[in-house]
Amino acid sequence: MADVAITAAKSLFIVLLVVQVMGLGVFFERKVSALIQDRIGANRAAILGFAGLGLVNTLVADPIKFLLKEDVVLAGTDHVLHFLAPVLSLVPVLVTFAVVPFGDVLQVGGRTINLQAAELNVGILYVLAMVSLGVYGVVLGGWASNNRWSLLGGIRGSAQMISYEIAMGLAVVSVVLTYNTLDLQVMARAQGHLIGGWLPGWGILYQPVAFLVFMTAGVAESKRIPFDLPEGESELVSGYFTEYSGAKHLMFMMSDFVEVVLVAALVTTLFFGGWQVPYLLRDGFHLPWGAALALPSWAVALLQVTSFALKLVFFTWLQIVVRWTLPRFRYDQLMRLGWQGLLPVALANVVVSALVIVLAAGPAA
Amino acid sequence: MSPLLFLLLAALTVASALTVVVHTNPVHSACALVLTLCLLAVFFLGLDAQLVALLQVIVYAGAIVVLFLFVIMLLNLRVEARAMAGTLLVGTAAAGGVALAVLIVTALRRAAPPATANLPAGFGETAALGRQLFTVYLLPFELTSLLLLVAIVGAVALAKKPT
Repeated sequence: MADVAITAAKSLFIVLLVVQVMGLGVFFERKVSALIQDRIGANRAAILGFAGLGLVNTLVADPIKFLLKEDVVLAGTDHVLHFLAPVLSLVPVLVTFAVVPFGDVLQVGGRTINLQAAELNVGILYVLAMVSLGVYGVVLGGWASNNRWSLLGGIRGSAQMISYEIAMGLAVVSVVLTYNTLDLQVMARAQGHLIGGWLPGWGILYQPVAFLVFMTAGVAESKRIPFDLPEGESELVSGYFTEYSGAKHLMFMMSDFVEVVLVAALVTTLFFGGWQVPYLLRDGFHLPWGAALALPSWAVALLQVTSFALKLVFFTWLQIVVRWTLPRFRYDQLMRLGWQGLLPVALANVVVSALVIVLAAGPAA
Repeated sequence: MSPLLFLLLAALTVASALTVVVHTNPVHSACALVLTLCLLAVFFLGLDAQLVALLQVIVYAGAIVVLFLFVIMLLNLRVEARAMAGTLLVGTAAAGGVALAVLIVTALRRAAPPATANLPAGFGETAALGRQLFTVYLLPFELTSLLLLVAIVGAVALAKKPT
């Protein structure tokens, strides 16, 4: 019984964390974009005269507006699939966070709790499986709307997501070769060692090429500028969710932002030490010049969770800045980048990684 | 997996598999196919085969059926007028199905009872499966990859415009 309660608490925690970071992402989307374009940005909605730098707009007013709008379903749409598509878009992305570790271990009353909602020995493959299911929301939403723009958006979306999944999967393969495991928690723990006694051995130092490929493919998977061809409002009105309004539209928007947070979480875990704080071990800080500071288990866990959350926020912010900096690709450029750019680079990276690992291991035992 | 859960899942799987065949709308058929494949993945999970379950989802549900849908949408297939093909085709298919069922039941009755207890440690995990693939089943594994390579080269050769 206690085990079930602990798992439920961990799941609730990671979902709440993700939704909070997603809210911050929406805030960045509106205020950071304004800063980049020298505008003021959202500042209209206020509670008792308090606009909170646009926080009231982005966190309170916008969601309420979405939820209260009329849910328009046109005649000629496929009602069942039209209803299912937003759900199929959001759920696979949200459940992915089950395998993302947000801390090392927490010791409470003789129990050692692994701070990861689900321990699967196939961890990262589960992430890839769920991400690959996310494409159905796009395809079915585009088809069920019975609208030319939507259909074109859906077709573009499916082709794009399948193309970039391959590069993403190959980038993951080279990371898996490096850590020799599929479990994200084991990967995060493996990044705790120090190189030369002072440099944190994070994944980016071992797999810089895989990081670039993974990040690019991840942004393409979340269908955001410069890869937002499935939406492309100058060509397709709003792409696959043209015919969606109200809460369903909100679900599509939300799954886009949760995908941004997911890419941030995966980049953090695979390449930037996950929840690792430099020099912080399970019993406290051990600084390279010999100083040490003992800390209780809860303080260590708190620091790790904070570190993970801050890294999440940083990479969410980074993706928003990318989105407001780069122009949209043309469709042929998008496909060329995926198949002729990222795919060969990722393949070569796998071969080079495998060679280095085999050579470093020496003659077979 | 408890017998009740198994029966429930089996009924769902059969129902969605029937939907694939019987539904007149090709997009709905494809969606039912995705559901069938995901349910089969759940059966693999019940058999402690996590890796196989996830590969099933990634390869079949995540990639192949997406391509089916892609083609259905590109060709703009219409809703079929009737669910069943002609009586001759249905009759032949039914006869084939019955023959297959008889074959499976006979084979299962003759087979040795499954060894349920004493699974080796780490059964169904990625490491164990990988070790099997690269030692005992190395030759079939490599031959399969060669077959896939031939298929890829063939696809490129077909798609390439004659110059």
